[in-house]
Amino acid sequence: MMPDMLSSSLQIAAPELILAIGAMILLMIGVFMGEKSAQTITGLSVAVIIIAALWLILVTPLGVGFGGSFVLDPFARFMKILVLIGSAAAVIMSVGFAESERFNRFEFPVLVLLSTTGMMMMVSAGDMIALYLGLELQSLAIYVLAAINRDSVRSTEAGLKYFVLGALSSGMLLYGASMVYGFTGHIEFTQIAAVAAESGRSVGLIVGLVFVLAGLAFKISAVPFHMWTPDVYEGAPTPITAFLAGAPKIAAMALLTRFTVQGFEPLSDQWQQVIVFISIASMAFGAFAAIGQHNIKRLMAYSSIAHMGYALVGLAAANTEGVRGVLIYMTVYLMMTLGTFAVILAMRRRDGMVEEIDDLSGLSQTNPMMALFLTVMMLSLAGLPPLAGFIGKYFVFMAAVHAGLWPLAIIGVLASVVGLFYYLRIVKTMWFDEPAEAFVPMAIELRAVLWVTGLVVFPVYIFVSGPIFAAAEAAAKTFF
Amino acid sequence: MLGLQAFFFYIFAFIAVGGALMVVFARNPVHSVLFLILTFVAAAGLFLLAGAEFLALILIVVYVGAVAILFLFVVMMLDLDLGQMKKGALRYAPFGLIIGLVLLAELIIAATGGAYHPELSQTTALPMQPLYELSNINALGSVLYTRYILFFQLAGLILFVAMVGAIVLTLRHKEGIKRQSISAQNARNPATAIEIRKVESGRGL
Repeated sequence: MMPDMLSSSLQIAAPELILAIGAMILLMIGVFMGEKSAQTITGLSVAVIIIAALWLILVTPLGVGFGGSFVLDPFARFMKILVLIGSAAAVIMSVGFAESERFNRFEFPVLVLLSTTGMMMMVSAGDMIALYLGLELQSLAIYVLAAINRDSVRSTEAGLKYFVLGALSSGMLLYGASMVYGFTGHIEFTQIAAVAAESGRSVGLIVGLVFVLAGLAFKISAVPFHMWTPDVYEGAPTPITAFLAGAPKIAAMALLTRFTVQGFEPLSDQWQQVIVFISIASMAFGAFAAIGQHNIKRLMAYSSIAHMGYALVGLAAANTEGVRGVLIYMTVYLMMTLGTFAVILAMRRRDGMVEEIDDLSGLSQTNPMMALFLTVMMLSLAGLPPLAGFIGKYFVFMAAVHAGLWPLAIIGVLASVVGLFYYLRIVKTMWFDEPAEAFVPMAIELRAVLWVTGLVVFPVYIFVSGPIFAAAEAAAKTFF
Repeated sequence: MLGLQAFFFYIFAFIAVGGALMVVFARNPVHSVLFLILTFVAAAGLFLLAGAEFLALILIVVYVGAVAILFLFVVMMLDLDLGQMKKGALRYAPFGLIIGLVLLAELIIAATGGAYHPELSQTTALPMQPLYELSNINALGSVLYTRYILFFQLAGLILFVAMVGAIVLTLRHKEGIKRQSISAQNARNPATAIEIRKVESGRGL
């Protein structure tokens, strides 16, 4: 590569460089200042994420760098902004938790930054090696984060379980990637698509495709690769669960979309079957398995499984409308998830955190504002109009209907109805049950996240939906 | 030449397969690790025969020199209950066997059923020049730090995360440990280090 090509590549990858270098500098500050620097580093890491986001939006040119391995197109930029919002919010929400639970680990924000770098690489991956390396960077940091509370058995169990199953899924992904390389001779998505269009489908290529899909489905916790999700969500410290539920899902969904739509466009009838199957399985399983849950973090795990199923409905349509649906759905999902976790992180009594659904009893009387916002979040997660969650579901289902996937849309709507039951159960607990002991007042940063996400879910999204839909439309057009 | 090459291929291949089997079946874990080293060396021989001399040397330097020795340390330092481990291995054996067979079947179906792309060897992402024109290290070096610089740096970042993670999960700052302070030691002089007492004869201190 010539030096001028390298410099243009570096310009395209500048936000990632900011994150990676920022993480290293913050780590050094932490090492020399010790545990007492945790708060400073948390603040600085949010600043680094914001700088990276601003740089991405204002300065970074679109283009292809590193010989096609790194792609920054409108789709990548849209998804990266979501990822950065998710990471920044997760770091902000950890501040109060760190104070009250004596969770003074300055490594937490540093690892979040490194994991975010991995996610940005995933979103921009233009070939199989970049895909795998980004995925691994993201996952490795999250394995450590899940186990970071090493004195808690549940946290270490969560980390270990996630690590072992994650390694297994990486193995499947690599096996598939090697098959794809073997049968096409290329690692770049665009080249793979060219060869696949020319030589038609061969069994080897499809085997490779299915294995890679299995590896990626694990990362978005789609059924049947969801087993880790409830245990990891429950066991990991809550700020880390909030992180885990947002940004990584978005990055993995972006990767899945790019891999299928860009890399295997000529074989879309093949992967559509797989996506339709895991989509139906995720929606149905997420809806039914969440009914019996008492722990709100486990409930959110099943809820996220179901939501990944809904987002995959859009991907199954395999056209511009479908990809636009995925983008809008993930945006809405991120807002709802962050808002809900802001409430979960505020579920604290004087003697510590609580996470049972029963602990929310009578919240409308003890803390009406929190109850109101959580109600909005729950109804939006359930997909009731006129909340944002409805808009997300509407777009993916309409895309599926227009693509002729009627059954998928109908199953999705039915699963939403089942899902409504457990979301409404939380609402009922808050508004109609006898009040339990009140929570301690909500920390200022949680309140800020809750207000912002709550107002976006309703009614601000109505006013900003125009530009967001236009951006999603432009992003989706990248592939077609 | 072909005969000689085939002869050495079979020697290395048999040693590699036999060594790999012995890794699994050896009763003593230390023997297992030693057989693992044998397998690595035989595989390095196979790489040499294939003309990949750099990979062969790396295999010996990294895997034999570092990884296998690390295994040896782990095996010797952990107090392994072999009976327990064998029981566990037997219980999982059928399951592992099924998965292995499925993967093997898929590989066979994939390799025989579907046609390879006809001009695959010409269209690969970065075909290597013939070996007589370019050495392995030259070929690797010409792409590793140019075309694949991104991957190289990303791999470095992953190792960095692994290091940070290992420290985060294991390092504990213990209170009350006596640490050596070289500056304090050097700062001592006879006045602070020695106390001179007059001892009367016939009496202790």
